Amino acid sequence: MTGQIVVQFLTGLASAASLFLIAAGLSIIFGVTRIVNFAHGSLYMLGAFIAYSLTQRLAAGTAYGFWISVLLAAFVVALIGVVIEILMLRRIYRAPELFQLLATFGVVLVVQDAALWIWGPVDLMGPRAPGLDSAVDILGQRLPEYDIALIVISPVVLGLLWLLFHRTRWGILVRAATQDREMVGALGRNQAWLFTSVFFVGAFLAGLGGAIQLPKGGADLLIDLNVIAAAFVVVVVGGMGSITGAFLAAILIGELQAFAVLVLPESTLVIMFLAMAVVLVVRPWGLLGRPMGEHAPGQAAEPLLRPATPRARLAWAALIGLLLVLPLIAEDFTLTLTIEIVILALFAASLHFIMGPGGMVSFGHAAYFGLGAYGAALLATTLNTPMELALLAAPVVAGLGALVFGWFCVRLSGVYLAMLTLAFAQIAWSVVFQWYEFTGGEDGLLGIRRTPWADDRIVFYYLVLAACGVAIYAMRRMIFAPFGYAVRAGRDSRLRADAIGIDCRRFDWMAFLVAGAMAGIAGGLYVYSKGSVFPDEMSIPRSVDGLVMVLLGGVQTLSGPIFGAAGFTWLQDEISRLEYWRFILGGTIIGLVLAFPQGLGGIWRQIEALIRRRRATGIEAGR
Amino acid sequence: MTGAAPMLEVAGISSFYGWARILFDLSLSVGRGEVAVLLGRNGAGKSTTLKSIVGLVRPSGGSVAFQGTEIAGMPPHRIVRMGLGYVPEERRIFTDLTVAENLEVGRQRPRADAPEWSVDKLFALFPNLAEMQGRPAGRMSGGEQQMLCVARTLMGNPSLILLDEPSEGLAPVIVDQMAATIGELKSRGLSILLSEQNLRFARMVSDRAYIIEKGRIRWQGSMDDLESDEAVKQQYLVV
Repeated sequence: MTGQIVVQFLTGLASAASLFLIAAGLSIIFGVTRIVNFAHGSLYMLGAFIAYSLTQRLAAGTAYGFWISVLLAAFVVALIGVVIEILMLRRIYRAPELFQLLATFGVVLVVQDAALWIWGPVDLMGPRAPGLDSAVDILGQRLPEYDIALIVISPVVLGLLWLLFHRTRWGILVRAATQDREMVGALGRNQAWLFTSVFFVGAFLAGLGGAIQLPKGGADLLIDLNVIAAAFVVVVVGGMGSITGAFLAAILIGELQAFAVLVLPESTLVIMFLAMAVVLVVRPWGLLGRPMGEHAPGQAAEPLLRPATPRARLAWAALIGLLLVLPLIAEDFTLTLTIEIVILALFAASLHFIMGPGGMVSFGHAAYFGLGAYGAALLATTLNTPMELALLAAPVVAGLGALVFGWFCVRLSGVYLAMLTLAFAQIAWSVVFQWYEFTGGEDGLLGIRRTPWADDRIVFYYLVLAACGVAIYAMRRMIFAPFGYAVRAGRDSRLRADAIGIDCRRFDWMAFLVAGAMAGIAGGLYVYSKGSVFPDEMSIPRSVDGLVMVLLGGVQTLSGPIFGAAGFTWLQDEISRLEYWRFILGGTIIGLVLAFPQGLGGIWRQIEALIRRRRATGIEAGR
Repeated sequence: MTGAAPMLEVAGISSFYGWARILFDLSLSVGRGEVAVLLGRNGAGKSTTLKSIVGLVRPSGGSVAFQGTEIAGMPPHRIVRMGLGYVPEERRIFTDLTVAENLEVGRQRPRADAPEWSVDKLFALFPNLAEMQGRPAGRMSGGEQQMLCVARTLMGNPSLILLDEPSEGLAPVIVDQMAATIGELKSRGLSILLSEQNLRFARMVSDRAYIIEKGRIRWQGSMDDLESDEAVKQQYLVV
């Protein structure tokens, strides 16, 4: 028994190694550049794939060749990181941080298809590390020798990083820039160079993490998003920007997972979430983190949201009129696409509700869409609940989820909040994915039929239009009601809002609830439009779809998410039949962000500012 | 670079924050070895002027010449590397770094045309700092942080430094120390442009004064002229 515990403990330490490496890299990059690098998991994945290819070629089968391959893979990944930094991120450091995030997600998509093209869709088994391919006997239990190597690697890397950051001029500059990068520039340091070198180190660590876990986990096309979720958890638990914190958190998570496997194998992801929830409630900034300055999504003051002008009302009326007569003129195919667009417009509007007026960025809004969808689908399949009731239950299920998740989330702000929402969404996803008996796992739930009266496509179209229209209009009304004012006041200045007696946290929580329930309505309708539901509906890409819709449309306009949803859904529908559609989608996202770093809505504002300046200077000169 | 050019020549710059215009055709100059002061009330545009010179705010229109070279529109790190040091109003010490590490961040190669500084020379100038080299800068008093902030900028071996309200929030005895330090820097050949609200402090250190109000220079002249002009003092400086 003791032997088993000891060996399991050591296994946990070993699995903490690659978690620590990727989390440390993520943390360092965020510290200096303030970019949440979604593509960090992709760099990790590339580390694994490249190490695989190298071990096949470089003195295969020798210990020397293996370790050279691992280091070389990390180095190649570091260079890829530098290329990403120079070609893409360097151009958008001044853009709102969400656009930067979006661009890094574009990289995720591009890398996924690039890896698919280079290495193919088959999962690759990693080679055993030569010289470390047997097991040692510990108290009667066997422990792979390679695990011992992994256990040694983390503290060694931690020590080297400590030396790098405290004993070299570069490290001192990086620590200074983490605190105040503008001031480092005002002392004569070129930030561009510093950022690039930081990206090199961060990407190296990610690549190393992916490479060293190759003998244990192999390489496949899913590890990028799986590992990025785990890395977010480790960084948040350890405290943003703290490498020692990441080290401790990686061990904590590694150990919890190691022992959870013994007790209940399905609980590995849930245990990770529980640990994070407990840590964040006790220490909101992580184990060794410190409170960050209020980090509003927009750096400048948010533009005011105004009620629609008469002209805008007319435009809305025209749009609604068009949608109402659409079934008379459109083909079936167009109608089906429009149903999807209208449903996703509600989803995007609900995300906008907490992001724009609420100022809370959610990376995991698909959770509520998915909860609504699965809530309705499960009622229909297990209890034979009629469609009407299931559709009503969808927002309740999603709302309950939002109530629980939101309770934790509103205690945080900025990046911490965003990462926590992502973690919750991953939990919800993993429950659905792993609980095969109840949810059908990967196979999804099929054969969900509409009630006979709504079976006709046109009738269902009107049902969707009515439900989504009412829901979107209701959110709009809320934004211009005292409730909306209170939420926006809390976003703009928490301190002042608190001081005039607004319980900001409570209002944020309620906003979370509303957004979750609204997304649930969309999820329920979605199930009945498709007749089936799969775990994909609550996965990270679905959450990012929502972000893309909201951001492309403009965070601080009410109509933005609706048009964003329409444009994005249409684009996806156009390209999804192509083999490398992710590559095209990712490339499009990157291209849009590079071309319009202030967002499509931001262009007009920039032009307006320019005109005003011209005018002001002109008047001055005329005097 | 001509030897005859003034240390700093600002001609007709305007600066904006978004839509808001802060500076209006502002001009000033600092001669070699001179201490000039920019006096004005809160919100007059003093900090924005200094930030526009060092490149943290990009002036739209006008020219900024440092030792005869046009620097308007350059990124701050290039301007600073030419020998123009900047000490911000909020100090912006790296609180997580030790005193010695803060100085290291500011270090640059020596310059032929500017006094050369080393850690030891700075510790001689600021004896307090020598005693707390290993201490995290966040655990120092406000006065000590202000001294560290000046020392950090001097590590870049500048020939001109911009000091944004160096006396703000300091105890009177520390203000006097700061004045002595500025005198010492001047005697070593540094040119200095500072912004101030504190007339008593400005009197102790400066040769020449500019008075700024609502983003425009309203008055300029020697410190002595300002001293004798009660009306100007009354109009622009008395709160």
